[in-house]
Amino acid sequence: MHIPDGYLGPTTCGFFYAVMLPIWAVASKIVKKTLKAKQVPMLAIGAAFSFVIMMFNVPIIGGSTGHAVGGVLVAILLGPWAACIAITVALVIQALLFGDGGITAFGANCFNLAFILPFVGYYIYQALTYRAPAISNRRVLAAGIAGYVGINIAALFTGVEFGLQPLLHHTAAGQALYCPYGLNVSVPAMAGEHLLIFGWVEAIVTALVIKFLQKQDTNGFPPKTCGNDTVGLNAETTNGRSL
Amino acid sequence: MKIITKLWIGMAILIALSPLGLILPEHFKAGSAWGEWGAEEMQKLVGYVPNGLAKFSTLWNAPVPDYAFKGWEEKGLSHLSFAYIISAIVGIALVSLLAWLIGKTLTKKGAEHKE
Repeated sequence: MHIPDGYLGPTTCGFFYAVMLPIWAVASKIVKKTLKAKQVPMLAIGAAFSFVIMMFNVPIIGGSTGHAVGGVLVAILLGPWAACIAITVALVIQALLFGDGGITAFGANCFNLAFILPFVGYYIYQALTYRAPAISNRRVLAAGIAGYVGINIAALFTGVEFGLQPLLHHTAAGQALYCPYGLNVSVPAMAGEHLLIFGWVEAIVTALVIKFLQKQDTNGFPPKTCGNDTVGLNAETTNGRSL
Repeated sequence: MKIITKLWIGMAILIALSPLGLILPEHFKAGSAWGEWGAEEMQKLVGYVPNGLAKFSTLWNAPVPDYAFKGWEEKGLSHLSFAYIISAIVGIALVSLLAWLIGKTLTKKGAEHKE
């Protein structure tokens, strides 16, 4: 889902940089107010987790590949604004050092993966876990569903961005200048492969880590903190809600 | 053991397993991710390379393209796996350091606003 350079035209690239700038500004403002000093190690490990989980390319036999993003998990643990920052950091290093995702497309990639994905996932998780006990299977299931829906909505946006290019930019003869596939191809391709395969990877990863964290907290309530760092199930997210 | 320590151990396991993300697609003959083809692949897919794509796709010359060392492309899966692991380690170090620095900066300046 990392759009490379050359697939999106200048209009689309500029548009998404313009959309992301205020989002980054608001994210740092909100995180500044709500993130606690003891949550900083979690922010670091969350960003690192998102980076490394994206290296696990999952093959569609004889077809393409894709991967989980891990961003919904970070959003559940630290809130969507902190997740936005964490995933943006992972995307910066991927683009600059490893050429994974374009420089011109960086705004669009951040919009899909660092904004849409964590926000959709976060609010679905919050809705599904309304009044759920900290150590309940409902939270594990909700995390899985949030991961699945979050990555699929992000993939849908990515498909639309690809698919608009032939409409926006083409030569007089009708040849595409950037992504050559229209919405009729790009949306089914992006949505389909995430609905069928990669969405499930995000769901399983998210649910498993939440299950793991629940198990760390069976010794008592409120859950034990880990050193300076509360990642327990009563850990407040940066929105001040509990996990 | 602290949870954060356990999570870092999990991260080390992920690093060790990361070459699976390279080997499995190779084994099952899966190509690039959708929409992430190079110019040559594009030529095969649609019969031409879109002008803008040809112009911008080489805009940035990443030092470690696709998590592989330059010049190692033909060296086989074991070398590529090694490069993949090194990439994971370097990437995780840089990403966590950068996120940590941002977190430190934001929480320090925001300290007086907190309850």
